Amino acid sequence: MSELFPRKQIMGFVFSLVLTAAALTVYFLHLSFAQGMAVLLITAFVQALLQLVVFMHAGETKDKWIIYGKVYFMIAMALITVFGTLLIFLWDM
Amino acid sequence: MDFFDRFAIPNPSIAIYASMVAIGLTVVAIIAGLTYFKKWGYLWREWLTTVDHKRIGIMYLISALIMLFRGGVDAIMLRAQLAVPDNKLLDPQHYNEVFSTHGVIMVMFMAMPFIFAFMNYVVPLQIGARDVAFPRLNALSFWLFFFGAMLFNISFVIGGSPDAGWTSYFPLAGNDLSPHVGTNYYMMAIQISGIGSLMTGINMITTIFKMRAPGMTLMKMPMFTWSVLVTNLIIVTVFPVITVALAMGTMDRLFGTHFFATTNGGMDMLWANLFWVWGHPEVYILILPAFGLYSEIISTFSGRNLYGYKSMVASMVIISALSCMVWAHHFFTMGQGALANSFFSITTMMIAVPTGVKIFNWLFTLWKGKIRFTVPMLYSLGFIPLFVIGGVTGVMLAMSAADYQYHNTMFLVAHFHNTIIPGVVFAMLAGLTYYWPKMFGFMLNERIGKWAFWLLSIGFCLAFFPMYITGLDGQARRMYTYSEATGYGPLNMLSFVGAGVMAISFALIVYNVYYSVRYSPRNIGADPWDARSLEWATHTPVPEYNFAIEPHVASSEAFWDAKKKGHELFPGKVEKIHMPNSSGVPFIMSAIFFVFGFSMIFSLWIPAIISLIGIFACMAHRSFENDHGRYISVKEIEETETKLRGVN
Ligand code: HEM
Ligand SMILES: [Cu+2]
Repeated sequence: MSELFPRKQIMGFVFSLVLTAAALTVYFLHLSFAQGMAVLLITAFVQALLQLVVFMHAGETKDKWIIYGKVYFMIAMALITVFGTLLIFLWDM
Repeated sequence: MDFFDRFAIPNPSIAIYASMVAIGLTVVAIIAGLTYFKKWGYLWREWLTTVDHKRIGIMYLISALIMLFRGGVDAIMLRAQLAVPDNKLLDPQHYNEVFSTHGVIMVMFMAMPFIFAFMNYVVPLQIGARDVAFPRLNALSFWLFFFGAMLFNISFVIGGSPDAGWTSYFPLAGNDLSPHVGTNYYMMAIQISGIGSLMTGINMITTIFKMRAPGMTLMKMPMFTWSVLVTNLIIVTVFPVITVALAMGTMDRLFGTHFFATTNGGMDMLWANLFWVWGHPEVYILILPAFGLYSEIISTFSGRNLYGYKSMVASMVIISALSCMVWAHHFFTMGQGALANSFFSITTMMIAVPTGVKIFNWLFTLWKGKIRFTVPMLYSLGFIPLFVIGGVTGVMLAMSAADYQYHNTMFLVAHFHNTIIPGVVFAMLAGLTYYWPKMFGFMLNERIGKWAFWLLSIGFCLAFFPMYITGLDGQARRMYTYSEATGYGPLNMLSFVGAGVMAISFALIVYNVYYSVRYSPRNIGADPWDARSLEWATHTPVPEYNFAIEPHVASSEAFWDAKKKGHELFPGKVEKIHMPNSSGVPFIMSAIFFVFGFSMIFSLWIPAIISLIGIFACMAHRSFENDHGRYISVKEIEETETKLRGVN
């Protein structure tokens, strides 16, 4: 019976709801801009990873390095884009 | 009549009315022709609904060639206007529209489908697969590109063309300064075809990772496949950026948001930033598959394996990462400080290193090779010196302090045409000639092809080298005229002559197709160039299942080894083959996208909502559809094989 019960999926689903609720608090709890952004960024990235691993089955095959490799590459490029943009418009304008 | 006023052209001219008539007549002629020859069913069954990667590749190819001519006519108009000082051929508004559409068409609707044509046609054959990983998605990609391109092309007869440059910088592209619908066309058409490109990216990466023939490890893939893999990695990384930027721009123009406005907390410079975060990698998306094609061609016609395989791969991977770190070199003059500019200067110059590695590898491949001067080889040999000039001027531009002088002059225009024409266009023409026999079963005439090559190269030098000089003298780009006192006249006339020579060369290429259809011999066999990789190991014409027996591979030049070292390519026996079914949904869904885009452009909300529902309905249909494909039986395969073997 316990093999049939999709434990991982249910847990994942509950956890993703929790993350959504956490993000929603930013609206209700009058946080400062920095605090609010921190909460949003963290919940967004955890949420994305959760979806990828639990519901899109990354890491369940032998060639999972391809999927994770791509994800790492994209994250690296995204960070470069964001920090490069900050450099241009905030830190050195 | 108020309703219809919006479709009128804001700045009509005789030329536009003439093209309206021409477009109308062509459409009528095509419809009449299809009806008269009873070809509607054939068209629908064999082409519009096909999911076969080879046919999709050919459709990309035809679209790219048509767009090459549309963009080429634009180019001639631009050069004609600038040929003499104080020219009155085009008025300023018309000139703006022409250079804007020229740029968008050449990059998005000519170069992109051209590389997709080769990706689609060649990659599955080269890795020994039966099709791409997601054939239906592939068809959707093509049709989204196609309808995006059509949407963009009708702009100059319905409502007016975009006129803010192919870069479409805000605030110029905002509603205040570009009130007519042209820029809406820009936003929607590129958006629609861009979604298609993104899907191709996912499709190709999956295909290359998952569907290689047994024995083909990553480091045994042919170089073109490697270049396609890296290219698509870049596509998947950066296309989302332009998707979001275009969506924000669309909202600014249609719904009154202020992302790129200069007021209410908006930031116009953010558009330039996001555009080039995508835009610079985009030029590498175009050049890397070209590098791949050159690698195949140079090694085939030098009769040698590619020199420095590993360094070729490594340099492409390094380029893919570096290409996402240099974007600010397109706006050194925007006002950021020396620190930021220096950073992006250095990263930009660093790209020249892996590019140089590749150049040396090609030279070493040629070294002591038995070189055959065929048309594809001529293009590849012409590419090397001309592209180096483009790269060197690129490094000049990369020095941010010096760029204050070069930026937005004809020097810049000369630089990027110097990389794109010998880099991308030559590669496409080389690839076209090289793969033509595989696609259509006969060769293009070599004599005419060589004439076309020389004319194109000479025309190119005449057209673009003078711009380096006028640019250094201060001739700005995107100016519709200049006074006689500037002294730019004679060199601009020379450019116009060069553009004319290039036009003659393209006409020769068309004539070559016609000539070869009529006179070329058809019994050329499956391997007319004595080539090295798997795509030449199957029959010509390629059967729909590509390979009757799955090939087994032991090196990156499996076919060459099979020919010269007696390596067994096709062990095993014929088994039934699983193939995907054709489907009309990609075509229909993309057509609905066209209606959606058109309605958005003209703010026709009700049709926009209805077509959006239609798009979702198509997706829902796909989700609930039960389609397990079909099998080709052993008997059928054997019949096809005997028939094809008879040909060769
Ligand atoms: C060694 C390699 C290269 C370097 C260092 C380089 C550098 C640059 C720089 C600094 C600019 C901006 C100049 C300005 O706006 O003032 C530029 C513009 C441009 N480059 Fe390159 N480039 C290189 C290769 C290429 C290649 C391979 C392509 C295309 C296949 C390309 C296409 C373009 C285009 C299209 C533009 C201008 C776009 C526009 O403003 O409309 N470049 N390049
Ligand atoms: Cu660039």
